[in-house]
Amino acid sequence: MSRNTLIEATLNGEQVEFLCEPRQSLLECLRDVLELTGTKEGCLTGDCGACSVLVDGKVVCSCLMLGVEAQGRNIVTVEGLADGPRLHPLQQKFLEHASLQCGICTPGFLIASKALLDGNLNPSEAEVRYALAGNLCRCTGYDKIVRAVLDAAKVMRESAGDRRAANR
Amino acid sequence: MATVSIPSLLRKYTGGRERAEVRGRNVGELVAELDRQFPGFAAHLIEAGELKPSIAVSVDGEIGTAGLLEPVGETSEVHFLPAIGGGANPDRNSSRF
Amino acid sequence: MAESTGNGFKVIGTRPIRPDGLDKVTGRAKFGADYAFPGMLHGKLLRSPHAHAKIKSINYQKALKLPGVKAIVTAKDLPETANREEAAGELAVNPHYLSRNILAREKVLYDGHAIAAVAATSPHIAEEAVRLIEVEYEVLPPAMTVEDAMKPGAPILLPELRNADEGDKQTNIARHIQFKLGDLEAGFKAADFIVEHEYKTAMVHQGYIEPHNAVGIWNPDGQATIYCSTQGPFEVRQFSSQVLGVPVGKIKVVPAEIGGGFGGKTVIYLEPLSVLLSQKTGHPVKLVMNRAEVLRASGPTSGSTIRVKMGATRDGKITAAQIWMAYEAGAFPGSPVGAGAMTIIAPYNVENRMIDAYDVVVNRPKIASYRAPGSSNAAFASESVIDELAEKCGMDPLEFRIKNGSREGTPQPVGPPFRRIGFIETCEAIKNSDHYKSKLVGPNRGRGVASGFWFNAGMSSSAMVNIHADGTASVVTGSVDIGGSRASMAMIAAEVLGMPMTDVRAIIADTDSIGHTNLSAGSRTTFATGTAVYDAAHDAIRQLKERAAKVWEKKPEEVDFRDGKLVAKGNGVAPMSIKELAPRFARTGGPISGRAAVTPRGVGPAFATTCVDVEVDPETGKVQILRCTVAQDAGRAIHPSYVEGQMQGGTAQGVGWALNEEYFYDANGILRNTGLLDYRMPTCLDLPMIETIIVEVPNPGHPLGIRGVGEVSIVPGPAVVANAIYRAIGVRMRETPMSPPRLLKAILNKRAAEEARPAAAH
Repeated sequence: MSRNTLIEATLNGEQVEFLCEPRQSLLECLRDVLELTGTKEGCLTGDCGACSVLVDGKVVCSCLMLGVEAQGRNIVTVEGLADGPRLHPLQQKFLEHASLQCGICTPGFLIASKALLDGNLNPSEAEVRYALAGNLCRCTGYDKIVRAVLDAAKVMRESAGDRRAANR
Repeated sequence: MATVSIPSLLRKYTGGRERAEVRGRNVGELVAELDRQFPGFAAHLIEAGELKPSIAVSVDGEIGTAGLLEPVGETSEVHFLPAIGGGANPDRNSSRF
Repeated sequence: MAESTGNGFKVIGTRPIRPDGLDKVTGRAKFGADYAFPGMLHGKLLRSPHAHAKIKSINYQKALKLPGVKAIVTAKDLPETANREEAAGELAVNPHYLSRNILAREKVLYDGHAIAAVAATSPHIAEEAVRLIEVEYEVLPPAMTVEDAMKPGAPILLPELRNADEGDKQTNIARHIQFKLGDLEAGFKAADFIVEHEYKTAMVHQGYIEPHNAVGIWNPDGQATIYCSTQGPFEVRQFSSQVLGVPVGKIKVVPAEIGGGFGGKTVIYLEPLSVLLSQKTGHPVKLVMNRAEVLRASGPTSGSTIRVKMGATRDGKITAAQIWMAYEAGAFPGSPVGAGAMTIIAPYNVENRMIDAYDVVVNRPKIASYRAPGSSNAAFASESVIDELAEKCGMDPLEFRIKNGSREGTPQPVGPPFRRIGFIETCEAIKNSDHYKSKLVGPNRGRGVASGFWFNAGMSSSAMVNIHADGTASVVTGSVDIGGSRASMAMIAAEVLGMPMTDVRAIIADTDSIGHTNLSAGSRTTFATGTAVYDAAHDAIRQLKERAAKVWEKKPEEVDFRDGKLVAKGNGVAPMSIKELAPRFARTGGPISGRAAVTPRGVGPAFATTCVDVEVDPETGKVQILRCTVAQDAGRAIHPSYVEGQMQGGTAQGVGWALNEEYFYDANGILRNTGLLDYRMPTCLDLPMIETIIVEVPNPGHPLGIRGVGEVSIVPGPAVVANAIYRAIGVRMRETPMSPPRLLKAILNKRAAEEARPAAAH
C-alpha cells in the first residue's frame, strides 16, 4: 500500500494536486515534488526565514509545516509574485536598490515583505524591521532591503491612490 | 646583488643578520647561495626540490608565481612570507622607486 | 541609468540593474541544491558524536540492507594520499589531511566529523540508514582551546605532527611564525605610556544562509561532473582530484549560483563524496548539509588568544609593539594566524615590533577562511589597545590613528613600502562625517572608532569577450558571482567597447569552458577578473580594427576605435559602429572573440575605518547599535551600489562577531548551539541603516584604479563595538562576543568595585 497521500491545494493562483508522504515538509513538497525551487532551505528549524511562503495570506516557514497540512489551503511562493512579465513592485525595488547580493534570502524577504504591505501600506522603518526580523540575510546588512520595502510601499500607495481617484 | 630579508626565525642560521646580499638569477639560486653561506637555511624553505607550498616569496613587492624559478633582478628586494591559503594570498603593491 | 559619472566614464560608476537580478527575484536562479536529475539519489553522512576518539571498527551491513539504500562509503573507499603540503593552484593543501577531513580514517577529531556516506532513493531513507551504521570508538580526552592544546601533557590530536621549534616531539602546535623589526627594548624605553592586555575571540562561522551542497554525476567513461555552490570551481576540481585520485581533466565542475560563501565555500566537503557515490551506484547523487552539519562540520574561523603590548610617547607616537597570538586551526593545521600577524598593526608605522604567531590544532572543525581571515581577531586586540593609548595621550582616537598612520612609503609588515594607499583618507572621511560631527547625548551611550586592513589578492583569471552577429557581446569568465561581480564585469566590457550595459551579457562558465580562474575570494574578482575582461575587450577591439581595415581595404594601423565606433584615420570613410560591422563577420573572416588570461600584478590593499554609536542597557547588558558609518578606500567603484553592499555586509558581520556570535562547546567538546536560534546572527531589528563613505584613492597598479573591496569592512567590527561600549559605560571588554551575560557581569563587577572603594578608604 502506498505511503503517499494526495493533496489538493491552490498554489500561486492555480489548482494543484500532488502526492506526498506524511513525513515530508511543505518545503520539501514545493522543492522536490512540485519542482518549485524558488523557496529555499536554510536551517530547517524556522529560524532563518529562507523558506517563507504565504499560507492563506500569512507568512509561514514551510520547513515547519507538513505537506499534508497544505490540503485545501491557498499558498503563494516567490514564483507567484510577478504578474506574468510584470514584476511586483517589491521585486522591482529590490532590483533598483541592489537589495540582493547572493540572492538566497531574497525569496523569503519578498514573501515576508509582501505580507507586511498587504496589511499596512505605510509602515515606518521600525515596523519594516520588526516585520522582517524573522528573515536572516548575511550579505547585505539589511540596509538596502529596508529601503526597497519602504520605496515599494510608497509606489504601491501612489498607485492605490491613483486607482481610488480613477474610481471616483 | 639582491637583498634578501631573512625571516626572523631563520636568523639563528645567519648569526642574527636580518638581511643578506646575495647573487642569483632566480629565487632558487638565491636560496642555494644562502644555504652555502649558512648551512641548514634551505631546509626550512625547500621541500622535494620546490619552495614549500606554505611559503610565498615576494620579489620587489609582487608575490612570485614561479616558486624557485621566480626571476630576481640585479637589485631586487626579496621577502619570504607565510602563504595564506583558503581564500586569499597576500599580495603586494609593486614597488617603483 | 546611463548618466555620465563625471570622471570620464560612461558606464563605470553608474548603478545599473544586475544582469542576474531578474532570475533571483523570481526564484528562477538555480542554486546548488536546486539541481535535480533523472534517477537522482540522495546522500546523507554519518557524523562523529565524539570530539576526539579512535575509530576501532565501522559496520554498515544493517544499513545496506534497508530498502532504498544503494551504496555506503567510508574512508577505505578513498585512495591513500601523501602526507605533505602540495600546491593546489595558489593554495597550499595537505591531501592527507583534506581526505581525512572529508571522511575520518584512523580518528575522529571533532564533534560532527564525517565517517561514512550513504546514498538512497530518498533523503529520509538515507537518514534512517545512517542511524543503522555501527561504529566502535575508543573515546579520548579533547583539547578544546589553544591553552588546553599548548600546555604540557595535552592530548595529542595528530601523532605525526611536528613543528620546527620542537624537533621530533609530538605537539599540537603546527607552526610558529615570527616577525621582528627594529629594537623592541629601545622602543619600549622611549615610551611614556605602555598598554598591555590579553584578548580572546570566540570561534565564529561565516553564517551563509545556504548550506553546502553537491550533485555528483559519474559517467561510465570515467568523466565526472559536479554541480555545486562554490566560490572556486577550479579549486573544487583540483581538491576533488587529489582526494579521489582522479586526474583533473576527468572532472568538470559546474558552478551553481551560490548563497553566500565569505570564504567558507573555498574548500570541499561533499563534492568528492557525491562523485564517489555516483560511481558506486551508477546514478547522480545529491548531498546537502543541514544547518547543524554546517555549524558542526564545515569551516568556521579561528577562536584566538592575543596578547598585545604597545608603547607610545606622550605626544602620541607609537614606539613599539610586542604581540603573542595563538589561533585555533581546528582538527588539522592551517589557521589564518600568518595573516593575522601580518595585518595586526599594518595600518600603523611602528618601527620596533615583535610578533610571535602560533597555529594550534584543537578538537574543533577544520578552519576555513572568513572574510579577511585572521584580521578581525587581530584588530580586536590591536585596535582596542590603540584606543587605550590614544586616551592616555589625551588625543582624539582618529587623530591618533592619522598621526601614526601608514601612507605611501611606510614599510609594510613584510616587504617593501606601501604604494599609494587610502588609510589616512578613511580616517579623515570619518572625522569629517555628519555622524562623527554630531553630538551623542544620553546615558549609557558611547561612540567608538576602529580601523582595519586587508592585503587583497591577485592570482589568475581568464575571460572571453564574444561579439555576436547583432553587435551585442557576451563576457565569459570563470568567476562565481558572490557579490554582484557579474554586473561589474559587464560594465567594464561595456565601457571598453563603448556599448550600453544592456548590450552585454555576463556568463559564468564551467571548468571545461573557460581558462583557469582562481576562486572568488580575497577581494580579487573585480581586480583580477576585471583585468582579464578589460584585456579581453581590448583584444576584441584589436580584432575589430583588423576586420574594419579589411572591409575598408586599409591597414589596421589606419583604423581607430572611438566612442564605440571604428574610425578610419584621414578622410573618406564614414565611421562604422560595431552593430554595423557585426552582421558582416561571417563573410569577412569569421567570428570575433577577444581573449585574455592574466595574473595581474599591482594589487592594491584596502583600509576601512568605522564609527559606531551604541547604547548599553545597564540592567541586561544588551547593546543596541544606534548609528554606524563605514569609510573604505575602494580605489575605483565600478558599481557603487555593490561596493556599498560589501561595506554594509562586512560591517553587519563584524557587529555579529562583536556582540553575539560564538561556538559554545560543552566540557566533552560537543557543540551545543547547532542552530540559528542559538548561533545568534544579527537580524534586521539589530541594525540601523549603515552609512557608507566610498573613498576613491585609485590603485596605481591597475588600469582602472581598482582595489578589492569585499573583505576589509568586517575587520574593524569587534574592536569598534568594544571601543564604543567603553565610552558608553566605562568598561573595557577584552573577550568576544560581548554578549549580554558577559557585559552584565562586567557592569556588576565595576559597580561592586566602585561601591567597595569608599569602605576601603575608611
